[in-house]
Amino acid sequence: MKIGVLVSEGPYTHQASDSAYNFVKAAIEKGHEIYRVFFYHDGVNNATRLTEPPRDDRNIVNRWSELSKQHNLDLVVCIAAAQRRGIMDANEAKRQGKDADNLAEGFRISGLGQLVEAGIQCDRLVTFGD
Amino acid sequence: MFTSSENIDPDDEGGVIKKFMFVNRKAPYGTIYALEGLEVVLISAAFEQDVSLAFVDDGVYELKKGQDTKALGQKNFSPTYRALEGYDIEKLYVERESMEFRGLTEDDLLVDVQIVSAAEMADLMVEQDVVISF
Repeated sequence: MKIGVLVSEGPYTHQASDSAYNFVKAAIEKGHEIYRVFFYHDGVNNATRLTEPPRDDRNIVNRWSELSKQHNLDLVVCIAAAQRRGIMDANEAKRQGKDADNLAEGFRISGLGQLVEAGIQCDRLVTFGD
Repeated sequence: MFTSSENIDPDDEGGVIKKFMFVNRKAPYGTIYALEGLEVVLISAAFEQDVSLAFVDDGVYELKKGQDTKALGQKNFSPTYRALEGYDIEKLYVERESMEFRGLTEDDLLVDVQIVSAAEMADLMVEQDVVISF
């Protein structure tokens, strides 16, 4: 089955990102195709590489980056939501005249059309949020 | 509300038309879900899909007439609901139970909607291909 995933909450405060990660991993292991994982609302905060949790805790951001590398996952962060919350790739930082960028490896920034398109292309769109 | 970085051609979806329902559950202010939800709705219009909106729980407050956000220091985005018609988004469903529980009537709402029971709303959701809730 072709599956799209929407993550609507940030890391740690909410379980949404953990659940989405476990779901995506399990779906891939079962042979399903993950078409895209789209991060919206505070979900964009899953994409900052400046995250540094205590050593004995999971690193939610790195976990997504690693999964993306392993399985060529398309991790997409909504640009409008990201701009509000200070998530930027190098290009966007330059365009906005910022002195830093923070987008983690494996993520890309794009528009909301990517979410709608996932809804059209996928057999299922699964939401993780509140 | 549109962003300039849409890099998908909405006309390139191979003629697939799916039934999308956006479920609005939150009050318009206090959290950003209603506002960012509306941004998705507007983008979806460009993809020429069969779009409908559901308003349940505190989401019915999103359609309340006479919203005044001056004291909040936030933008009043409620006029955008009136603009949806111009995007060919005309199926707006309000759950009767949610509306009445909050002391509202159809006259309190700023757009024409269809009032449906919770059971009817459930039937509408079953018919959808994609349900996204905010």
